[in-house]
Amino acid sequence: MIRDITLGQYFPAGSIIHSLDARTKILGTLLFVIELFVVDSFFGFAVLATFLAAIIAASKVPVKFIFRGLTPVFAIILFTFVINLFMSPGRVLWHWWFLTITVEGVRRAFFMAVRLVLLIIGSSMLTLCTKPIQLTDGLEKLLKPFKAIGVPSHEIALMMTIALRFIPTLMEEADKIIKAQQARGADFESGNIFRRGKALIPILIPLFVSSFRIAQELALAMEARCYNGGGGRTRMNEIHFARRDALAGVLMAASLGAAIAIRIL
Amino acid sequence: MAIEVKDLQYTYSPGLPGETKALDGVSFNIDDGSICGIIGHTGSGKSTLLQALDGLIKPSDGEIIIDGISLTDKETSLVDVRKRVGIVFQYPEYQLFEETVAKDVSFGPSNLGLEGDELEAAVRSSIELVGLDYERIKDKSPFELSGGQKRRVAIAGVIAMNPGILILDEPTAGLDPTAHKEILSMVKRIHETRNIIIVFVSHNMGDVADMCDKVLVMNEGRIILDGTPRYVFGQKDVLDEIGLGVTPAAEIVGRIRERIPEIDSDVLSMEEAAASLAEFIKRKRS
Amino acid sequence: MPFIEIKNLRYEYYQPGCEDESSPAIKDVSLSIEKGSFVAICGINGSGKSTLAKSINGLLVPTSGKVFVDGMDTADDSNIWDIRSRVAMVFQNPDNQIVSSIVEDDVAFGPENLGIDPAEIRRRVDDALTQVGMYKHRNKGAHMLSGGQKQRIAIAGAVAMRPECIVFDEPTAMLDPKGREKIMKIIRQLNSEGITTILITHFMSEACQADRLIVMKEGQVYSDCTPMEFYSDGELVKGAGLELPPVIELRERIRQHGVDIPSTVTDENTLIEFVEKYR
Repeated sequence: MIRDITLGQYFPAGSIIHSLDARTKILGTLLFVIELFVVDSFFGFAVLATFLAAIIAASKVPVKFIFRGLTPVFAIILFTFVINLFMSPGRVLWHWWFLTITVEGVRRAFFMAVRLVLLIIGSSMLTLCTKPIQLTDGLEKLLKPFKAIGVPSHEIALMMTIALRFIPTLMEEADKIIKAQQARGADFESGNIFRRGKALIPILIPLFVSSFRIAQELALAMEARCYNGGGGRTRMNEIHFARRDALAGVLMAASLGAAIAIRIL
Repeated sequence: MAIEVKDLQYTYSPGLPGETKALDGVSFNIDDGSICGIIGHTGSGKSTLLQALDGLIKPSDGEIIIDGISLTDKETSLVDVRKRVGIVFQYPEYQLFEETVAKDVSFGPSNLGLEGDELEAAVRSSIELVGLDYERIKDKSPFELSGGQKRRVAIAGVIAMNPGILILDEPTAGLDPTAHKEILSMVKRIHETRNIIIVFVSHNMGDVADMCDKVLVMNEGRIILDGTPRYVFGQKDVLDEIGLGVTPAAEIVGRIRERIPEIDSDVLSMEEAAASLAEFIKRKRS
Repeated sequence: MPFIEIKNLRYEYYQPGCEDESSPAIKDVSLSIEKGSFVAICGINGSGKSTLAKSINGLLVPTSGKVFVDGMDTADDSNIWDIRSRVAMVFQNPDNQIVSSIVEDDVAFGPENLGIDPAEIRRRVDDALTQVGMYKHRNKGAHMLSGGQKQRIAIAGAVAMRPECIVFDEPTAMLDPKGREKIMKIIRQLNSEGITTILITHFMSEACQADRLIVMKEGQVYSDCTPMEFYSDGELVKGAGLELPPVIELRERIRQHGVDIPSTVTDENTLIEFVEKYR
């Protein structure tokens, strides 16, 4: 069921990770992603996985809950794995008709799958441990220096807030529309890609119309609640750097150093 | 056509923290040509039951037999189910998608394989049945219609599939009193013209008593009352206990009976209440 | 001076290509609403009631005529934020008015827009959530709540702005009877605390709880009196396309059975009194 999807959700656990400044966590996640691409060995991944495991342990978010968030993207991981498995040139390990598996392919497939899993878990830790509003506040503050060159930091942050808020609403809406069209005999499961694409029209159009209606109503409601752009707004919970953020910063710098070292060595 | 449901079970998110038993041993029958009302609070299992009746979800246990065909049998194709059961969800106007009303109404029947004159006839008769003027409306965009018209078009889209069983989930939700009455008389008209089973979900007890031959009361995934409106709304204590009321007429007469117990207790509709009170007054006057 | 004063309001939606382009949503409406009152507005779809509601806090600016809130003209741009902070609004669809994912963050949205001090926002948010009975759910995700609970969050969001008036635009239309009842209880409570309440509704039982009922028809005020005065006049109610309260319907039907039942029978008590005379 749609409610089971945990991707992008917040999990209130009140841990040390939760209490870090959102900016620290955003930068930390960014750094982690960079490290994932800097590292080019399974040993490096093992180090990063240990690092991530430590953060998960400190965050008090149940491991089961985190892995449940992986199920909806499992297909993507599998797809990446299969593509790499069959599409990499190199020493042939197994061959049948047009399918070929190479030694390099096996290595690459595992490599990419591990990278993807770590990437998804790592970035979902950010949303699991940070309230959406703090996330977007943090983003707004991080982008503020770029305002001078025309980056609309407040608007980007507000867009993110609304997107996070309406993902579950629109998923529910999509679920309702799919069921309604299925009841009218729509068939999404058979036929070639072209036919299947066409079969999506009865879902996509009502979903688009609904999104439009939601946007209009939301805009009106925001106006009624005195929303007048970012100027003059205050926040109920101002985000502040604290000593623990400085400590986290040092740890992050160290981890980046380690990642680069692993790559060079 | 008749519906037979035996010991239906359904659990959401089995094995997960959010596990909830939506249906817990639901059994009932609906006879051919009758209107069956379903009442119960949000979360009582009503919408899960409706979806199971149309094969949209697979119950974890139990059996649904419609027109001699078992829905729960793996061999049964969904097309066979769709030919027999049509479901109109809440706020069905949000499922409209085609350029014109006629094309939108054709979507269901053409998915069932209807073509040409046969298709056009089905579309025309169902648009007329919901009380719209076919010639005037067929080439309009469904998105430029009024709210009430959109809902009718959406209902026509299901009727055009010529189902033997029509499920309506709160067809009057969010409508004003005038549109509400119009939809109810439309439902009656559909029933009379097509002589099909109608399953009607509503929170309005007066409407249910007025429209239905049979009422099912759901609570926490079970059916706690099953019978004629007169029987079901006679069980005031049971209904009160789960926070559902009786009909407005029965409510008022119940209040009067607290003072004057000799008034007839067996009233359901406003007309019965009026007749009973008028008869009492006339008798006392003479 | 009344809190809200509407003078010869006319409003036309500009809808190119629409059939009834020329017919205005509101033709000519003049009325005033006193501070602290509880006014219901009824009427079938297209009667102009929703347009009227949106005109009160300047979401819609009159095509002609004037709307004053606490003496301020809604057509004057410099007043608009003052007016909206005084007249809050709750809409029909509970889902589409909640901005933030987490309950308390959403309730804070209005006060944050007003530029209020963080500690004061915290206090207001906690108070507002307590008032609607949702304090214990303050850290929940909005999408995990029921429709009725979401609507209570929307009301808390309005209350947290500490408005003088709240306009409720069909707040119960999408809820089940249980949720509906709870919302009505909260609305009555807020009104008793001095908030001027304007309630737009299709439900006769809800309209009857107001002190005054304005019925709209075809963009004009069709009737303006107490709910009891309106609903006891069967012809008037039918003319507006609305439904009769059960007691009045029963009274009319008893008359058709040849019993002359007086028009002073308007509610359950007077009906019981009338019948009791024949015991």
